[in-house]
Amino acid sequence: MRPAGAISRFKIRIEEKTHIGADGTRIPAIRDLVLDIKPQSMTVLMGPSGCGKTTLMRIVAGLDDRYVGEVGIPEGTRLGFMFQEPRLLPWRTVRQNIQIVAPAISNADLEQLVASVGIADMLPRYPQELSLGLARRVALARAFATKPDLLLLDEPFVSLDERTADRLRRLLLEVWSARPTTAILVTHNAREAILLADQLVLLAPRPTHVVADVPITVPQSERDAAVVEEIYADLLERYPANFAAG
Amino acid sequence: MSVGVARPDALRGVRSYRGPLTSILSVAGFLLVWFIAAEVAQSRLLPGPAEVARYVANESLHGDMLAELGITLWRVAASFVVAMLIGCVIGLLMGELPAVNRALDPWVIVLLNLPALVIIILAYVWFGLNEAAAIGAVALNKIPNVIVTVREGARALDPGLDEMARAYRLSPLSKLRNVTLPQLQPYFAAASRSGISLIWKIVLVVELLGRSNGVGFELHLNFQLFNVTAILGYTVAFVTVMLAIEYLLVQPLERRATRWRNKPV
Repeated sequence: MRPAGAISRFKIRIEEKTHIGADGTRIPAIRDLVLDIKPQSMTVLMGPSGCGKTTLMRIVAGLDDRYVGEVGIPEGTRLGFMFQEPRLLPWRTVRQNIQIVAPAISNADLEQLVASVGIADMLPRYPQELSLGLARRVALARAFATKPDLLLLDEPFVSLDERTADRLRRLLLEVWSARPTTAILVTHNAREAILLADQLVLLAPRPTHVVADVPITVPQSERDAAVVEEIYADLLERYPANFAAG
Repeated sequence: MSVGVARPDALRGVRSYRGPLTSILSVAGFLLVWFIAAEVAQSRLLPGPAEVARYVANESLHGDMLAELGITLWRVAASFVVAMLIGCVIGLLMGELPAVNRALDPWVIVLLNLPALVIIILAYVWFGLNEAAAIGAVALNKIPNVIVTVREGARALDPGLDEMARAYRLSPLSKLRNVTLPQLQPYFAAASRSGISLIWKIVLVVELLGRSNGVGFELHLNFQLFNVTAILGYTVAFVTVMLAIEYLLVQPLERRATRWRNKPV
């Protein structure tokens, strides 16, 4: 076991990230973005659709190294990644999907984890037999199965109906509280951001950079609908440009 | 997942769900036509099904037919394994690495268009009339087809799953086993399906030109004797063997490999 917090503070500084379109045009995606991710906190990056949030997540995960800047993710950092789609292996059962990313996981840990996200009886099933909501739960369990030093969540609740999405958000909070993990979540949904964030980072449209870094001090467990609306109203007043649409 | 080259499951589904009755009737109809044609022709050049069946039974029990079938089957199997192994590795590399693709693409096209006969003759001339030359020549005829099919599969690999594998730092072996190979499975199936039929046809030519046993050799011998009964007998016997392999080996294996598919939600 490595000591808790040995790898948990991550510094991200991206000076410039440019996409090159099929016709050769240069589209700047990120410019001068600096983030300091606090250990065992939930940092939520909120920005309009298409502002480069997914690009940023891919850079942090080491999936894209064509940028100018520095991402302080040490070699050997264990990642958990929940993508916008579940991205499960359709030819492997739910149990295998989890074991493949976390070969060292014990059966007891695995069963406890899947029970905590409510998919205990889905272990022998194949992903195509699951609804999108259930597949997302599997993806959530998989992301935690690696006991990640850094958990990346890229709009993990899009294209779900609001009730299912809300249940999954609460579930994420439960699992995350039981397993304190440094996490970065990106979303364009203001209320989702307010419900989940310790640290709410507001991003500008493309080329994106940090507009404001707002701590939310009310514990997540006390954020019911009324509290979320209250914080929302407050933030709308302070950052009308970022919250008006939500 | 998308499959560009072949959808063997979709085609097979129709057959297996209607039951074997249609297939049996179809074969019986063919035998009937053959029987009538033979009766009408009354020629030594078109023996009827009963006569051919008698020849097959007789040759299997008292002659060399089983040994000849066995040696041909062995050559088919050896060529098949060699062609699939080499073809899959090269096809995967060409699909994944554009530089390899550019370097090898002209050779694939040359091999695809080189007549089987040329390869066989050159193999015999250069390497002698031996088993290795025969099997190598057959495999070389099949390899470009395997390459082209598997390369198509490698190009169609899901980039989302690739990102998943990289984000979770899967080991290269785990990625190959759990992410890459299952996606290529339909392409392997398509390549091996068309492979077996192509290979056994070429094996007969190889045997005819430079081997002193096997079905091809027997066909050649009986052609010179104008023994049509024997030619049809060997053909029927070997086609039966290939059908048995298809139904008893290839299809059950494929069903096992694709059992995760088409499950109801």
